[in-house]
Amino acid sequence: MITQELLTAENVKTWFEVAPVSRWSEDGGAAVKYGNDEIAVFNFSSMNKWFACQNLCPHKKQMILSRGIIGDKNGEPKVACPFHKKQFSLTTGECIDDPECETIQTYPVKIENDIIFVGVE
Amino acid sequence: MEGSGHIQKNIVVIGNGMVGYKFLEKLTAKGLQTSYNIIAFGEEPYVAYDRVHLSAYFEDSNFETLQMAPRSWYDENNITLHTSDPVIDIDTNAKTISSHKGLTISYDKLIFATGSSAFVPPIEGVEKDGIFVYRTIEDLDAIIAHGKKVKTGAVIGGGLLGLEAAKALLDLEVKTSVIEFAPRLMPRQLDDNGAEFLKDKIEELGVDILLNKSTKQFAGNGKVTAMKFSDDSELPVEMVVISAGIRPRDELASKAGIDIGPRGGIVVNDEMQTSVEDVYAIGECALHDGMIYGLVAPGYEMADIVVENLESKTKTFSAYDMSTKLKLIGVDVASFGDPFCENAEHDAIVYQNKSKGIYKRINITKDGKYLLGGILVGEAEEYNLLLQMTLNKMKLPDEPESLIISTSGDNNAIGGVEALPDEAMICSCENVSKAAICDAVKDGTTDIGELKTCTKAGTGCGGCLPMVKDLMTHTLNEMGVEVKKVICEHFEYSRQELYHLIKVKGITTYKEALSEYGKGCGCETCKPAVGNILSSMLNDKVLKEDTILDTNDRFLANIQRGGTYSVVPRVAGGEITPEKLIVLGEVAKKYNLYCKITGGQRIDLLGAYLNDLPDIWEELIEAGFETGQAYGKSVRTVKSCVGSTWCRFGVQDSVGFAIDIENRYKGLRSPHKLKFAVSGCTRECAEAQCKDIGVIATDKGWALYVCGNGGTKPQHAPLFATDLDSETCLKYIDRILSFYIRTADPLTRTATWFNKLEGGLGYLKDVVINDSLGICSELDAHIQHHVDTYHCEWKDVVEDPKKREKFKHFINSEEKDNSLEFVNERGQKVPIAW
Repeated sequence: MITQELLTAENVKTWFEVAPVSRWSEDGGAAVKYGNDEIAVFNFSSMNKWFACQNLCPHKKQMILSRGIIGDKNGEPKVACPFHKKQFSLTTGECIDDPECETIQTYPVKIENDIIFVGVE
Repeated sequence: MEGSGHIQKNIVVIGNGMVGYKFLEKLTAKGLQTSYNIIAFGEEPYVAYDRVHLSAYFEDSNFETLQMAPRSWYDENNITLHTSDPVIDIDTNAKTISSHKGLTISYDKLIFATGSSAFVPPIEGVEKDGIFVYRTIEDLDAIIAHGKKVKTGAVIGGGLLGLEAAKALLDLEVKTSVIEFAPRLMPRQLDDNGAEFLKDKIEELGVDILLNKSTKQFAGNGKVTAMKFSDDSELPVEMVVISAGIRPRDELASKAGIDIGPRGGIVVNDEMQTSVEDVYAIGECALHDGMIYGLVAPGYEMADIVVENLESKTKTFSAYDMSTKLKLIGVDVASFGDPFCENAEHDAIVYQNKSKGIYKRINITKDGKYLLGGILVGEAEEYNLLLQMTLNKMKLPDEPESLIISTSGDNNAIGGVEALPDEAMICSCENVSKAAICDAVKDGTTDIGELKTCTKAGTGCGGCLPMVKDLMTHTLNEMGVEVKKVICEHFEYSRQELYHLIKVKGITTYKEALSEYGKGCGCETCKPAVGNILSSMLNDKVLKEDTILDTNDRFLANIQRGGTYSVVPRVAGGEITPEKLIVLGEVAKKYNLYCKITGGQRIDLLGAYLNDLPDIWEELIEAGFETGQAYGKSVRTVKSCVGSTWCRFGVQDSVGFAIDIENRYKGLRSPHKLKFAVSGCTRECAEAQCKDIGVIATDKGWALYVCGNGGTKPQHAPLFATDLDSETCLKYIDRILSFYIRTADPLTRTATWFNKLEGGLGYLKDVVINDSLGICSELDAHIQHHVDTYHCEWKDVVEDPKKREKFKHFINSEEKDNSLEFVNERGQKVPIAW
């Protein structure tokens, strides 16, 4: 289900409809149920962008990233896990502060008629 | 038979002491438990423990802090450990061992780590009751049990272990004499002068030292009552601890036909191999080049050599440095390199200060270029550097005496840690070099705890930790790490500066603060820090900008393993009615919550799903509870004893005052959590002196203690003022808290803040009592505003459907988080381990 190759808006075959834009807080995230999986979707309003990644923090295998604080490291958008503050790039999925930590899957996001869609395959 | 039928080879380790354990640890560190069956036998009922710090056992009798690793560690690493089961027979032809309990196991490699036993000289009457050796936990338990019944005791042996044993007897409040055969204490480490200084110091502490004494007989009818010496003198004693040296445990090896040295010890070569193929000996049972090494560091090195050589690399053992530094009965003593230089051409430089009890000697080469060794008594701070200079043959400064004579407290002449070569061995227990430590720092380890974990430096005896810290600081400075206390890359201000800016400009949101004074999009450091400043100042609804808050503040509950949250209602002063207790029980049952009483005298309900939080709180608020802010950087609890209301000793109503205090400051956001306590009398049952704010009743009112700390770095709170009436006490607390909130760095507890406060307690008193800064009216107004605007954050959420929405796990489903898994433990649910 979660593909390992880099998903981009260009190669997405399936867009999964999630919820209206208005449901998100400014600069906040929410967890999306996708089958038996969970995806974290972030409204990065201070950059005027949306990002999505796996909800599972690979460090201690917790479904939690959607509840993390987002921000930037030298301009690179990131999310920090609430448990131990592991930080992941929202564009590449790489762990910023621990090279030994696994990279997380990121997903493209698009908005149509104020509805959020996540590119899942 | 264990291990048979496997294709894997068997490694059998005889002995589960420090060195035996270290061998296992080194095997597993290399992942060798996957290619070998590892079977270890220990004679004692315990898993391996730290014998070096045995005297700590006298302080708390806590075995867990002494053990090298818990029993579960052996299971996790697939090591079969048989305790209380000594190996009793070895057949080196068939390559099998047999144990006391009847196990027979074949080995491919056999390791002796049998250690040593205390040497008991054949003195007449040595079998009498009240005579002990100082070696195992069982010995200690027996010494403690006996020591409680007697008033006088003696230790035979004035060496390292003997003085340790004397310390143990002192801790048991036994009047102690140390009996040494040689003309001086610690004859292997100290010269006559150094030993004399040590003797004076120890005698000051009430220990009698008898030198040149040889014990001839223990007198007494069944039980020891006196010692008789060869000079016909006598000493009445009720107990004796013998610490006259060690004997290698070689009896099993000897029985198996393995070569033993003329005075004991299993003979090994440079690769720790014994005279029999595939059999090795390490630690205190091994005799290498005529030497038995009675310290752990060389034992660890031997363990390492056997492990390395299993993988066919060749590493060899050579004469090991026996330098040592320790605290003996509170006196620092160190001996390094060649302390005596009896057979080496040298000049000795000696510094002695009778009034301070300090003796220092260094031996330098005749040409004045190199350090050969030395002795330090009474003060040994220079030990690490001097040892490194000796081991690394570093060139001495022009005036070598500056190494041991501190001038104006300035740093030493060789310029500290940076002068050491990269290969300098900083941690000799774990063989960690300077380069390894500096590299770890350069790779981003900037915390001493992490540094210990990743390099293992300082995890043995811990003696090198000051040096490890210096190296860390030095490397960070070298890397140009900014020491200015800015919040993060987004705000070039300290917390105090930002607090003032936000206040002066009347800023009320993070977004405004970022656009006025910051740059970029913010991060997980500055967002909660600004959120905290705003709520300290405004006492606004904390969820106004929920996404800038840490998860605990955002969801008004503490996140737990697995992603559930805890629910902690306020129980002011720890006082609760039976009705309310029943409500807590009912709610816990209904939502399947794990219950625990906290250290702060309230009840923690754990394991709540995010979705359930608003419903749980609705029920609790209905029953008259309010939020306990256990999730916030804010006032937690005010612990109290029952005080004069019930207690026959109490002099004031501590519960009543605790409740007043808790209700006054509840919800107050601060740079870190705040813990309070109120005790009803000087017996201090509420432990107020380790709290941020501690109040202790006096005959005339209250004594106020401030800025104490429990936790990682316990610190007693100093007395701020005494015999205060309740009103004045609250006024001072108001001002201290407000001043702290305005000036502390983020996530800084009051104790740390106080320690860095220039002028210390005197300054704080001046500000708070004498209003030396003229800000007290402002501080008072701040707290009054807080009291006037208090609101229960959970009530606010429960009553607002829009806010309740935010507590759903999924944005596109009403389901709970179904990734959570629990197991049952002692009748309650707990999350599965991560």
